[in-house]
Amino acid sequence: MGAQPIADNLFTDDRMTALVGARNKQTGQIFFPLPLTPNDNIEPIALATRGTVWTYTVQRFPPKTPYAGPADPMNFKPYVVAYVSLPGQTMVESRLTGVEPEDVNIGMEVEFTAIPLDPDAPADQQIMIHAFQPV
Amino acid sequence: MSDVCIVGAGIHPFGRTEGLDGMDQGVYAVKQALADTGIAWEDVEFAFGGSSASGAADTMVSQLGLTGIQFINVSNGCATGGSALNAAASAIKSGEYELGMAVGFDKHPRGAFNADPAAYGLPNWYGEAGYMLTTQFFGAKIMRYLHENGLSTEALGRVSEKAFRNGAKTEHAWRRSEVDLETIMNAPLISDPLNKYMFCSPAEGAVALILASEKKAKELGGPMIRLKTSVMRTRPPGSFEVFAASIDNERGGTATELAAKAAFEQAGMGPEDIDVAQLQDTESGAEIMHMAENGFCPHGDQEKWLIEGRTEINGALPVNTDGGCLACGEPIGASGLRQVYENVIQLRGTAGEHQVPGDPKTAYTQVYGAPGVAAVTILQR
Repeated sequence: MGAQPIADNLFTDDRMTALVGARNKQTGQIFFPLPLTPNDNIEPIALATRGTVWTYTVQRFPPKTPYAGPADPMNFKPYVVAYVSLPGQTMVESRLTGVEPEDVNIGMEVEFTAIPLDPDAPADQQIMIHAFQPV
Repeated sequence: MSDVCIVGAGIHPFGRTEGLDGMDQGVYAVKQALADTGIAWEDVEFAFGGSSASGAADTMVSQLGLTGIQFINVSNGCATGGSALNAAASAIKSGEYELGMAVGFDKHPRGAFNADPAAYGLPNWYGEAGYMLTTQFFGAKIMRYLHENGLSTEALGRVSEKAFRNGAKTEHAWRRSEVDLETIMNAPLISDPLNKYMFCSPAEGAVALILASEKKAKELGGPMIRLKTSVMRTRPPGSFEVFAASIDNERGGTATELAAKAAFEQAGMGPEDIDVAQLQDTESGAEIMHMAENGFCPHGDQEKWLIEGRTEINGALPVNTDGGCLACGEPIGASGLRQVYENVIQLRGTAGEHQVPGDPKTAYTQVYGAPGVAAVTILQR
């Protein structure tokens, strides 16, 4: 067993190359993630892997439950949460990786990736979440 | 249709009160409101009330008296108090009742509100991966707003500075010490660009308002504070709300804009006619956005207004004269009614140290909350 995605139906494939979004067949509206309950009007769609940062913030303190990542107040590493605008689709809420909080800018070009929820976990036990990184 | 008047108001001070639960504080506020009106509990014909975390409001009859009163519980998130007031006003406008009550109270544990993804229709991973925090939403939303409108983070600090300055003068406020701008700007960040002085905290408190028909209000003989309108609205397409894993690329309006527009139309007034305003300030950025969303100033002019002191107690449009949520904290069920309480005492001229000068005649409140609801009232003396 290698690294596992944090949830089913989140990524398009085992290699976690893109996110699965949802498309309303009647209105054409695209959103994320797929609803928990199946719906005849909703079809899955692969979301774009390049976009721009529309806005962002930084999580400066360790979240309480249900957060499952490292939350030790002494070693907590703040993380960036952004809304990434995917052209013609939607804006996805996502962590940013590979960039320090003070270097993030609105309008920054980013691309999709998957990162471990806890980078210090053993490689074969890692739980993978979605993220975007600077291009 | 009868005009609706607010003939009595009571409050349990906001903040932390050991030994009193939320319901006890609600009863305290009701008794104060009854005394303020000069009536007995037996005179109250109906009530609407609610809390988010402190139980069903109607059970307070066991403490107030088993008069057989119609008492309807309201549960509408951050708009609970506003919705109770709205419903009470409608009951009087309809002619069915002459005298009734709206009450809201709450007592929340310390720290940020803890949320369960399933309650919002979200998958568990959303919480596990670290997105289930209201503070992130507020940070991300105002980050974009500042960027789009050319405002600096210092504007956020100025809102907090004003809130604590006003809170220091207000008996029912929680935070009663002034904090200078430099201290505020150097405080640790919570969710960029917002720091620890820029967020309100969950708290405790209660407010009760007694409402009457115009005829009944004249009989009672107190100051005639008319509730010109009470409007509640939900979000339009393309709004930006809490706990959104995605938002549309095409942006839209806000629940506040809808409620403000309807309220001004119903009251036959415009923003320029308002003498004092209480605007939702869950965090400093909210007050800035709401100054514009309610129509008081153009988007982008807020920092100039703050620097010029236009929203100070002695300014052209005093905003959050009791320190708002930033200084009073946010007991969800009571928060919207606190704004109305503050306006009642401002219009009566009994606000003491934080009284707006110049004999204010019109007063505005706006509450906004999850998941995209807004409630507005306009009072006139």
